Amino acid sequence: MKLKLATVALGALMAAAPAMADLVVPNLSYRTGPYGANGTQYADGFNDYFTLLNERDGGIGGEKVQTPECETAYNTEEGVECYEATKGSGALVYNPLSTGITYQLIPKVSADKIPLYTPGYGRTSAKNGKVFEWVFNAPANYWDGASVAVKYLLDQNGGSLEGKKIALIYHNSAYGKEPIRTLQELSRKHGFSLTELPVDPPGQEQKSQWLQIRRDKPDYVLMWGWGVMNQTAIQEAANIRFPMENFIGIWWSGSEVDVKPVGASANGYKALTFHGVGTGYPIYEDMKKFVIEPGKASQGGQFVGSVLYSRGMYAAVVIAEAIRKAQELSGTSNITAAQLRDGFEALEITPERLSELGLPDFGPEIRMTCDNHGGSGMARLQQWDASAGKWTLISDFTQPDQEVLDPLILEDSEAYAKEAGISPRC
Amino acid sequence: MEFLYASEILLNGLMAGVMYSLVALGFVLIYKASGVFNYAQGVLALFAAMTLVGIMEGRVPFAHLLGAVFGIHVSSFGWTVPGAVAILLTALVMVGVAIAIEKLVLKHLVGQEPIILFMATIGLAWFLEGLGDVMWGADVKVLDVGLPQGISETVETLTNDWLGYGFFIDRLDIWAAMIAAVLVAALVGFSQYTKQGRAMRAVADDHQAALSVGISLQFIWIMVWSIAGFVALVAGIMWGTKSGVQFSLSLIALKALPVLMLGGFTSIPGAIVGGLIIGMGEKLFEYFIGPMVGGATENWFAYVLALIFLVFRPQGLFGERIIERV
Repeated sequence: MKLKLATVALGALMAAAPAMADLVVPNLSYRTGPYGANGTQYADGFNDYFTLLNERDGGIGGEKVQTPECETAYNTEEGVECYEATKGSGALVYNPLSTGITYQLIPKVSADKIPLYTPGYGRTSAKNGKVFEWVFNAPANYWDGASVAVKYLLDQNGGSLEGKKIALIYHNSAYGKEPIRTLQELSRKHGFSLTELPVDPPGQEQKSQWLQIRRDKPDYVLMWGWGVMNQTAIQEAANIRFPMENFIGIWWSGSEVDVKPVGASANGYKALTFHGVGTGYPIYEDMKKFVIEPGKASQGGQFVGSVLYSRGMYAAVVIAEAIRKAQELSGTSNITAAQLRDGFEALEITPERLSELGLPDFGPEIRMTCDNHGGSGMARLQQWDASAGKWTLISDFTQPDQEVLDPLILEDSEAYAKEAGISPRC
Repeated sequence: MEFLYASEILLNGLMAGVMYSLVALGFVLIYKASGVFNYAQGVLALFAAMTLVGIMEGRVPFAHLLGAVFGIHVSSFGWTVPGAVAILLTALVMVGVAIAIEKLVLKHLVGQEPIILFMATIGLAWFLEGLGDVMWGADVKVLDVGLPQGISETVETLTNDWLGYGFFIDRLDIWAAMIAAVLVAALVGFSQYTKQGRAMRAVADDHQAALSVGISLQFIWIMVWSIAGFVALVAGIMWGTKSGVQFSLSLIALKALPVLMLGGFTSIPGAIVGGLIIGMGEKLFEYFIGPMVGGATENWFAYVLALIFLVFRPQGLFGERIIERV
């Protein structure tokens, strides 16, 4: 009897654990909690791209990719628990979709020697690969986003923001506070005034902030929000009749989830993005054939083409390309986490390569090196068309102001290196 | 001008307070009838709002589960239901939820310590949260039952003509205030002047004594949870209209807690007065003191004020003073 039980237990364990030869990319997702509506779409896109590679190509370099999910509920403690629970399964890279979790994982992945990929979120100064050996945040970070938004406003105002008033309404958390330093520097450089308006998470009550905006009449409002804070802010902006075309959100404040609840009043709202949106890319023909129609899509593929689905898919694309690069460099298909780090540092995703992947002009060109883990930082703007129910890209990929950002990144990363006792490399 | 702006903030604070009171009312009802702090009240509001949207849009409940388990891929019945009818149907669903809670949870805990019942409501909150997601999906849902939103131009024009400064008042907040007034009047009337209301208060005083005089505990609990479910539906409609129906709606319960500490857990008018004080206080504090300490003081202020009240008047402004001899 004992033998039978042991056999059954062993069988169950073998079925549950990823096959040893598989590449393991844990998906630290959140489908529950206050940010579940956002996290679900991202996780679906992330899963579906690897399913496509498995079904169409037999994996990457002949190795199937496993994406075991672990629910973090956007909670830092649970995120760390997920990391600890999955790292022993041969995890190659983590993408926790949370700045709070990222901050906690940075020292852990550095000790465990596992890459952490945080596209468009996390610790901005992790761009400096000399200090953050195991963290990558290409193609863009929060400071890039702030700079690209200001550059866009400069374009809209004939190259000068002198005397203009800009308000920043932000999620009162590590994430929401990230752009403040950059915007302060940019306000000094370009002569605009900056008003900072924090909102307590989750952000359902913002009346004070919007009454202040109504009174002060800023020329533009920038938003660093997430979850319900975004819908509430866009609704409040509509309530006080703030011109939507002068309201710009960071990429985490620019998905369908944020604008649809507001209805027609959200028309004209703008947001930054670092990737394309919609199903008008050749990759979706394969996605339909190999993933959606055979019923293998995450949640039946109900969010295919949405902003957050596209972002999750894009994160998977970059990781898959880094795996491919690592396989090429190491000469083995079954790579280790350390080899994947080398792959990230040598990663190049050119416009031609994006076209080969079925994603022409989907994202900016990515080139990472030992000292640059953040890529070019290019981003673009999209605008919500409420009647058509879709986002439209309204600017080209724009280079951020490196003259302002580089010293800030150097300063912040050097402070971290000193605090953590890290000797810069490269 | 600064005075007028501060007055505008005060007015909007009072309106926000009404929205908090709508949630607090549900807590008071259940606490009055059973001495239980219902941790699940916020989730009840979320569940009610999700069900309302599901019925209005003709969504198939458990659609994802049906697809995953039985391979039946159908997400919509293909019809829509008018708002008023959907509200009525949702109220019936909430009665069903109340019956299920009584049969499956409360019935088995008669005579138990309040802390046991409180813990049961924590479990209930987790269960309903998951059930709502499985039934209707975790996406952000748009709720439109025809309530107006946006600036009241009448108020803006009138104040501009009289004071030279156009006040901002959200039309949704005006509706919330009117609905809350009707709801409170109805609840106070029910509690004070009806046989069932008196029975409810008797049960609140002493379960065993109420049973001994022939009051059906089962009926009273179902009735109270049904009314609390209806109040949750009203709160869910107001908050769901404001920022979409999504998980965060359940977190508005956190806003109701300081309101209850202030107004008292057993007083319906206390919930309203507590809400108004918290709403007004947090907005004025944010305006006058917020800029000096970096802002975002609203949640902090509400709880600090509630704690101060706990020290000096633990039963709240209108709560019953409980003296226990040992």
